[in-house]
Amino acid sequence: MIDFGKSAGFNLAARHRAEKRFQWAGRFAILISLAFLVIMVGSILSDGVGVLKRTEIAVPLDLGPEAIDPDDVAGASTLKILKSGLRDAFPDVTKRKDKKALYGLVSPEGSFEIERQISTDPTLLGGTRVLWLTASDDLDLFLRGKIDPNLPERQRRISDQEIEWIEQLQETGQLRRVINWKFLTNGDSREPEIAGILAALVGSLFSLAICFALSFPLGIGAAIYLEEFAPDNRFTQIIEININNLASVPSIVFGLLGLSVFLGYFGMPRSTPLVGGMVLALMTLPTIIIAGRAALKSVPPSFKQAALALGATPVQAVFHHVLPVALPGMLTGSIIGMAQALGETAPLLMIGMVAFVVDVPQSILEPATALPVQIFLWADSPERAFTEKSAAAIIVLLVFLISMNLIAILLRRKLEQRF
Amino acid sequence: MEHPFITARDVDVFYGDKQALFGIDLDIQAKEVTALIGPSGCGKSTFLRAINRMNDLIPICRMTGQLEIGGQDIHAPAVDVVALRAQVGMVFQKPNPFPKSIFENVAYGLRIHKMTSNKTELADRVEWSLKSAGLWDEVADRLDEPGNGLSGGQQQRLCIARTIAVQPKVILMDEPCSALDPIATAVIEELIDGLRKDYTIVIVTHSMQQAARISQKTAFFHLGKLIEVGDTETVFTNPTQEQTQNYITGRIG
Repeated sequence: MIDFGKSAGFNLAARHRAEKRFQWAGRFAILISLAFLVIMVGSILSDGVGVLKRTEIAVPLDLGPEAIDPDDVAGASTLKILKSGLRDAFPDVTKRKDKKALYGLVSPEGSFEIERQISTDPTLLGGTRVLWLTASDDLDLFLRGKIDPNLPERQRRISDQEIEWIEQLQETGQLRRVINWKFLTNGDSREPEIAGILAALVGSLFSLAICFALSFPLGIGAAIYLEEFAPDNRFTQIIEININNLASVPSIVFGLLGLSVFLGYFGMPRSTPLVGGMVLALMTLPTIIIAGRAALKSVPPSFKQAALALGATPVQAVFHHVLPVALPGMLTGSIIGMAQALGETAPLLMIGMVAFVVDVPQSILEPATALPVQIFLWADSPERAFTEKSAAAIIVLLVFLISMNLIAILLRRKLEQRF
Repeated sequence: MEHPFITARDVDVFYGDKQALFGIDLDIQAKEVTALIGPSGCGKSTFLRAINRMNDLIPICRMTGQLEIGGQDIHAPAVDVVALRAQVGMVFQKPNPFPKSIFENVAYGLRIHKMTSNKTELADRVEWSLKSAGLWDEVADRLDEPGNGLSGGQQQRLCIARTIAVQPKVILMDEPCSALDPIATAVIEELIDGLRKDYTIVIVTHSMQQAARISQKTAFFHLGKLIEVGDTETVFTNPTQEQTQNYITGRIG
């Protein structure tokens, strides 16, 4: 009888154990990273979920002709109307300090909301109407139990008096929670309850569009030339080394370059998606070139040879046979570069895209900010409600990223030849 | 004796400092199959690739001497290498169909050289090429399927069809059967024998039986030198050189 164990060489059991050990180490590593991922996404989601809804207060307002002249709606002081409306709702508030606190229940944006509601629905004019207005961030936090009423009064953002009012409003059904679409349709604001992500989202979109439009054709072109046509000499070797080095240059350096060259030398408008996109393109180019060259290199040389042997010119051989095979890989590399660019903050800070932007940019030449910069700005704000905003902005950023990758995957699947 | 179609005079080929071919003088007759045999690294493939200047693609490779096809020096400044390669087709060792459909594989050369004026003409030429390569009956109903879904032998015949579609004068074959099984090899050999009446064929092979079966002339290369060339029958039965004798009887190589 053959003893297989003996003939298989020394210490077979130990070799099998090593195998097992390695497999378990791998599983453990994956488990740990999954756990961290779950913790991260979980905490972002739980923080950001508060932004889903906002609180509104119903305030009875006197919109009669003596308060607002129907012929001159713009000239009326809606703030005054709001204040008197609040005073009438709580007639026992007389002290100046208390009145101020009372006004504070409604967001400072409230008076503008009255204006907007009137302008969209002029039939509101001519009597006392109950309008729903956005409540202040503190009221919202309190309603969601984020402010502990058992703390000493001086340590919380909301006083006993205010709590009393809030309870009173709740009893009379004058408070409601609504889906916070404003988060997706507004620009930034000093008031967290009405601050929105749209300006940053559009800014990011514009910057990325510029970045893609510049870096994709340039990068792919450079990759094709360097890989397929450039002679192999010292000059091209130096270029190659420099491209590889550029890929690892810290992004803030590109920001400095953009600041001094694009803004300083060429005098381009600061804080704009145009310059932001150009800086991001500089940063993304090396990634695209390197990935593009790798993709081209992986195409079997036999295709090119076959085409050349048929009498195709080198350009025909590359564009008809090498490029179609390499394109999906090039696209993947470009998307990785674009994803990096999307998450980049530092270079945008340098060219002034850190501005406080309330209005949604309409073109690439208007001041804008970007999603990661917006997150940075909000995370830096003292108001507690902004913490939730930053978490929600991170969710928006991630959704943006995932949809971008999804498009890339679909595109790649479409381009990838079945044979 | 008729005028040779391809003439090589004193051809030296160098890879960098290393010389791969030494003073090759070789005449290749039109519409014959000439087999280049010899042990690995003897330079027969290098010589083959010199005929359609595929060696140009290797930056360190350079050639001296004279190579004429149909009386035209292929290194003359007036000769466009692209046009040369359209006239001198090549079939590679490993079947290398393009990652496209069977039809597109054959049509590619016709398209880039604008050899057909409309779609029906193109389809006719593709059909003719596939028939000439003996592949039509097997693929007629699946022309839009990928070329590399075929078997190895079919792929190689597809490559031959692709090559003859543009009607070259010369077909170079670099060990076309080395990746194929004996049955596929036999099919290809039969095909080569049939193509002989229309094309000048130069084939590199490691199989001496193959050389004996399909070629009219055989050239034996050894260590970069052309040792002997002559009618295949003579070379195999009555070689003048001892080295040839040793090689074909299996003593060297």
